[in-house]
Amino acid sequence: MNQQKPYSVSMPTGQTETKLTLAADLRPRMETKGLSVYYGKKMGVRNVSMPIYANTVTALIGPSGCGKTTFLRALNRMHDLTPIARVEGEALLDGQNIYAPGVDAVEIRRKIGMVFQKPNPFPTLTIYDNVAAGLKLMGVRRRDVLDEAVERSLTQAALWNEVKDRLRAPGMSLSGGQQQRLCIARALTVQPEVLLMDEPTSSLDPISTQSIEDLLTELKKHVTVAIVTHNMQQAGRVSDFTGYFLLGDLIEFGPTNQLFTNPKDPHTEAYITGRFG
Amino acid sequence: MRPPTDIASAIPKGGNLRVRRVWNVVMVILLLLGSIVVLSPLIAVLGAVFVNGLPTINLAFLTQEFRPVGEGGGGLLHAIVGTLMMNLLALLIGGLLGFAGGVLLSEYPDHPITPYLRTISDLLNGLPALLKGLVIYAIIVLPTGMFSGYAGALALAIILAPIVLRSTEGVLQLVPWSVREAGVALGLPRWRVTISLVIPAATFGVVTGLMLGFARAAGEAAPLFFTAGGSQFLNLTLGQPTESLALTIFKYANEPAVLRQEQAWGAALILTSMVLVASLLARWATRKYN
Repeated sequence: MNQQKPYSVSMPTGQTETKLTLAADLRPRMETKGLSVYYGKKMGVRNVSMPIYANTVTALIGPSGCGKTTFLRALNRMHDLTPIARVEGEALLDGQNIYAPGVDAVEIRRKIGMVFQKPNPFPTLTIYDNVAAGLKLMGVRRRDVLDEAVERSLTQAALWNEVKDRLRAPGMSLSGGQQQRLCIARALTVQPEVLLMDEPTSSLDPISTQSIEDLLTELKKHVTVAIVTHNMQQAGRVSDFTGYFLLGDLIEFGPTNQLFTNPKDPHTEAYITGRFG
Repeated sequence: MRPPTDIASAIPKGGNLRVRRVWNVVMVILLLLGSIVVLSPLIAVLGAVFVNGLPTINLAFLTQEFRPVGEGGGGLLHAIVGTLMMNLLALLIGGLLGFAGGVLLSEYPDHPITPYLRTISDLLNGLPALLKGLVIYAIIVLPTGMFSGYAGALALAIILAPIVLRSTEGVLQLVPWSVREAGVALGLPRWRVTISLVIPAATFGVVTGLMLGFARAAGEAAPLFFTAGGSQFLNLTLGQPTESLALTIFKYANEPAVLRQEQAWGAALILTSMVLVASLLARWATRKYN
């Protein structure tokens, strides 16, 4: 189940390791600078600065209520939908601040997709239309383009073989695990550059979870992934980098194997060794 | 440390099975009685309309216009046509306005006009239908100098709109928030998400609300007296005074001639059936469409 990572050699210092691990072209696809989110007067995350490197999987871990989901939702401006939420600081996509005046949040979300904790297929649509929804509603009419995109996304999401004979069935008729893979396929159809995943496997059984984890390894060839997870084994299995959040602060960020084997912060160590959280 | 409390012994005993079974039967009977009490007025009204109205219904009653009592009393074609025309126009105007308002209240709660719209709609909802008729009388009938079907339809539209608005808002709120999030996260504009993903998920409820408003408007007589004005002739346009079944019922029921009173029952039955058929048709169509 667990594949050996190319850089899973444990090294004494993070610095060397980073160079070893992440080959030549490690560049941040996204980066936050002093990002804070408030709900009314309540603080959600505070002054978080971290990169999300291109074509890697970055895990956000931490105990419940630590702000990891809040942080994730700030990365594609989902907080715009919550009137009381306020975002300060910068979130850069390829060096461009997505919160800069004049930036169209719709354009941003087209490039930065999201998969949610609970599977949320569109209730009235078929499997096919759920996956095609993004393209169709953006105005794509060409049947061949849609057919191809639907098949590609469903294949990527490891769902094609299970649903290819019943694409006209309601999306809601699928099992929970299948629905979540349907939602992943739906997010992939519009070909986002970054995919944000908010505990995508928390409501799934081990087999569905594994298929989604395998998918991540495949996905990062084309997409940059940030994934919130409660499951530290999962973070260890799928991610290249990990950020540990506590009470709204980013406590530590680094290559996953370093953070797990040689955490710099005692809080991180307490959490990953299971003494806290 | 204190010894742990024995939780099991702390939970009150639920009595034995026989006692619980008796309670169950008693409660089910009470619920049944309650249902009967609530439903009986409805059944009584529908029953009375059916029993008293059915004998007057025949082809002539449905296809003839008004005639004096001495000439057989005629039929209600003029009222049926008038009702249909005025109510359909009212449904179109009031339904659209109410629907649009409901979408605004549900999907754009931060829009600056939302609080005003909510207040206006609450106010309109509480305003007696008679007053709404008077408003139309003042702004349409007086300036044009005549009663007309258009004025009647407008009065009905004002009655219908707040009902549709409230029900639309309610059923849209039932669509899970996650549907909107999923749509927005795909990079779709909010309006597109509303039109293509949220509203379709609530079609059935929206249509039910429209039918509720339609039924309410179809039963209104008071505001039509000084807007539509009533008529004894068949009009195929709304530019003239127009009859409505609700008006007919009121007028005929107050006439001394027994024939007219019987015809009033007949009109009531036709009106009831019209609302029923419209609502069944609408439901059937929505189901078919989905």
